[in-house]
Amino acid sequence: METHGAIASEPAEDARAGGPGAWDGEPDIAVRVRGVVKRFPGVVANDGIDLTVRARSIHAIVGENGAGKSTLMKILYGMQAPDEGTIEVRGRQVHFKSPRDAIDLGVGMVHQHFMLADNLTVLENVVLGSEPSTRGVIDFDRARGRINELSDLYGLDVDPDELVENLGVGQRQRVEILKVLYRGARILILDEPTAVLVPQEVDELFDSLRDLVSHRETVIFISHKLDEVLEVADAITVIRAGKTVAEVEDPSSVTARDLAEMMVGSELPTPETRESTVTDVVELDAEGLTIVEGGRRTLDDVSLRVRRGEIVGVAGVEGNGQSELLGALLGTIPLQAGRITLAGQDITRAPVRDRREAGVGFIPEDRHRDGLLLPVALWGNAMLGHQTRPPFVRGFWINRRGARGRTEQVVEEYDVRTPGIDVAARALSGGNQQKLIVGREILATPAFLIAAHPTRGIDVGAQARVWDDLREARKAGLATLLISADLDELIGLSDTLLVLYGGRLVAELDPATVTPAELGSYMTGAHAHEQAQPIESEASS
Amino acid sequence: MSSSRRLLYAVAAPVIALVVTLAITSIVILISGANPLDAYRNMIEYSTRLRGVASIVNQAVPLFIAGVAVAIGFQMNLFNIGVEGQYRLAGLIAAWAGAQVAWPAVFHVTFIIAVAMIVGALWAGIAGVLKVTRNVNEVISTIMLNQIAFGVGLWLFNDYLKLEGGTNLAAQTEEIPSTGWMPSADWLFEIFGLDMPGGRSAIYGFLIVAIALGALYWVTLMRTRFGYDLRASGLNPNAALTSGVNPKRMVIVTMLLSGAVAGLIGLPSLMGNTHFYDEAFPAGLGFDGIAVALLGQYHPVGMAVGALLFGFLDYSSGGLQLAGIEPEVVAIMKGTIMLCAVIAYTVVRRLAAAAEVQEAARRLEHDRPGRPSRAAPAGAPA
Repeated sequence: METHGAIASEPAEDARAGGPGAWDGEPDIAVRVRGVVKRFPGVVANDGIDLTVRARSIHAIVGENGAGKSTLMKILYGMQAPDEGTIEVRGRQVHFKSPRDAIDLGVGMVHQHFMLADNLTVLENVVLGSEPSTRGVIDFDRARGRINELSDLYGLDVDPDELVENLGVGQRQRVEILKVLYRGARILILDEPTAVLVPQEVDELFDSLRDLVSHRETVIFISHKLDEVLEVADAITVIRAGKTVAEVEDPSSVTARDLAEMMVGSELPTPETRESTVTDVVELDAEGLTIVEGGRRTLDDVSLRVRRGEIVGVAGVEGNGQSELLGALLGTIPLQAGRITLAGQDITRAPVRDRREAGVGFIPEDRHRDGLLLPVALWGNAMLGHQTRPPFVRGFWINRRGARGRTEQVVEEYDVRTPGIDVAARALSGGNQQKLIVGREILATPAFLIAAHPTRGIDVGAQARVWDDLREARKAGLATLLISADLDELIGLSDTLLVLYGGRLVAELDPATVTPAELGSYMTGAHAHEQAQPIESEASS
Repeated sequence: MSSSRRLLYAVAAPVIALVVTLAITSIVILISGANPLDAYRNMIEYSTRLRGVASIVNQAVPLFIAGVAVAIGFQMNLFNIGVEGQYRLAGLIAAWAGAQVAWPAVFHVTFIIAVAMIVGALWAGIAGVLKVTRNVNEVISTIMLNQIAFGVGLWLFNDYLKLEGGTNLAAQTEEIPSTGWMPSADWLFEIFGLDMPGGRSAIYGFLIVAIALGALYWVTLMRTRFGYDLRASGLNPNAALTSGVNPKRMVIVTMLLSGAVAGLIGLPSLMGNTHFYDEAFPAGLGFDGIAVALLGQYHPVGMAVGALLFGFLDYSSGGLQLAGIEPEVVAIMKGTIMLCAVIAYTVVRRLAAAAEVQEAARRLEHDRPGRPSRAAPAGAPA
């Protein structure tokens, strides 16, 4: 196997090698996809996708959640095989059987969710799986040299000997990019790379991408954030419902509005909340919540109030205390200090079950981990979290008829697409699973709802549904705490916006006036440091 | 998924496992220089006499109870390897306690059963408490507790509980008065016109208890709040936690229940046959129970079949000996069938899950837009 390590080499040099990685055929086209169809249970994820990516360009693929972008990327990266259609990489038709094949042809993928080992260094993470060795011993010096070379070349400023757990999100992403480049990728696929970044980090990422292209690499960039796409892409392909609906050769010729209309057809869903329904009745009152884990204050003196009819949004870069806050309110993480009152009742020491019976609803961020029993029928899932209350039980017994009736109601009113309530939860698509969870929580008429990333990873239809449902519940007087990484969702739905940074609440903002950039600077601690720094240093010294 | 499909998937794995096992044992028997067909014919002929059937059922009863004890733990991913120690200790103490009183039969029988369940539960509870308070893996602690139970049992028996100056040469506890005996369940077979051998081969009355226990186990698991919490904890501990299940309490309760059922394992023979505890008290049933639970996939019907199969294999080794074949072939069969079953179940379960997803999708295509159908029965997870 020839190496693709010669990152800066000219295409012509590769062509001489004549191997699978060579730029034979049309050197100007890096990737060409024709008529790709991929069916999944319940959906046709890709239904005739065409895509032509010029070499040495940044090519954006835009589409709503669930339009089929990620599936297309998985096909390009060899994680899934298309049911129909052809794929050419550098003019040569390919049939990837696994990501290995794709990597061998110089196609690399940077996943939306980082796949890094926290307890290893950058260097160790990068070489993991393709360690250079001399007589069976890993040659770290050689690898370190290569990594430094690559990060200098592309302006990916990362110290190879730093532990990954000490890196911020933006840096971790650069490590992921390094990993791919290290394996000789000439075509980089980035799946929603900006989803986890704050605006400042997005700019840095885009600089790196431009550097990559100026060094003759090709970048395929998936996103549903149109402003970003217009800022960075050389060409844009728009996908809707699994089909290519537009190919934009010159992004300066279109506006974000044009793209949005191509993406969703005519109807443009927004998370915006219209008139205020906030009342004066405080449903949830949390004071001085503090959690200490492993000697670290992961939640530090957090106080917040959620009133009836109010949605309080919590913004923050992941890992700044969101899951601790959620655990404190739900009762799964013990408090070091603080007091929680629900509808005037002290629930600080109450176990989870008592809280749920007292009316705490919960939409988990990871539905498979925290929200569903995948092998169990839908009606068995609709009662999860409510299995001590009617209509699901009658005394000691499960009330099958009641449970099934309620499940039918959830399915009907919350538009859960399913052949029936006896199929296992795993048979549903992510969006329908989520609608089931949202429906079961809201129909249980909670007093206070914790919604953690309620629209993460679901399709656009389901997303609009969930937003509507949350707004309806708010209008009916529900007090909601919304934890999300989607700034548009936060700004659009919240009546009050709080920012968590380093386990503390560092800002209370008015969603009507705040801009994403402003929010981003609070989330990265830029504002917080000015104010909190002196206090913190005093306290720690 | 349609009910017939479901049944097909449930039955496919054990059938495949059985066929593969027969193939492998046939090779073993061939190598040992005998004719496998002769061997199987001997096993079946030997076992299908009424005396054989009675013996097989009597072996299957405690095995089934052991299977249920293990399955209760498995339902929430607790591996109670300590069933062995729990039932042997429970059997000893129940045998002794049963001989100390002479109450009317109903009370006497209930008393013995209660003592056995309490001893089993307490012994298993130790592992539960250790897990909850000190995070000790229950596999390790129950294995250790087995050894301790054997030692404690020996000490109690030798120093305190055995009968002094008995007529028998072998040491034993005092015989339980007849009010504490369990009447035979031969009548259950005689209904069908079978002429049961009776006497020492009488069917254990505990057969009825075992059937009731199997039903109670399944009804509790599938139809009650507690069973739902238990299954949720096993299927997805995180989701169970956020739904309000207290995982610590669940571990303790499950271990207590598993141990209580384990306490029953020694009683069929104790109350139906020997009426005292001695060194011939059955051993190894706790470990075989693990195999039965796995073989039956924690379903009462499956475990009943598994227990009968194991009973059959044990008993029919006598038939092998008559044909001049090493009875150890049976041990090979038991081991092989376990291995094959575990593999076959995993494969079939994956296929079934994939098929279910496919089928849901296909029906969704047909039914659009989202008309819920009621064709399939309530979905019990495998």
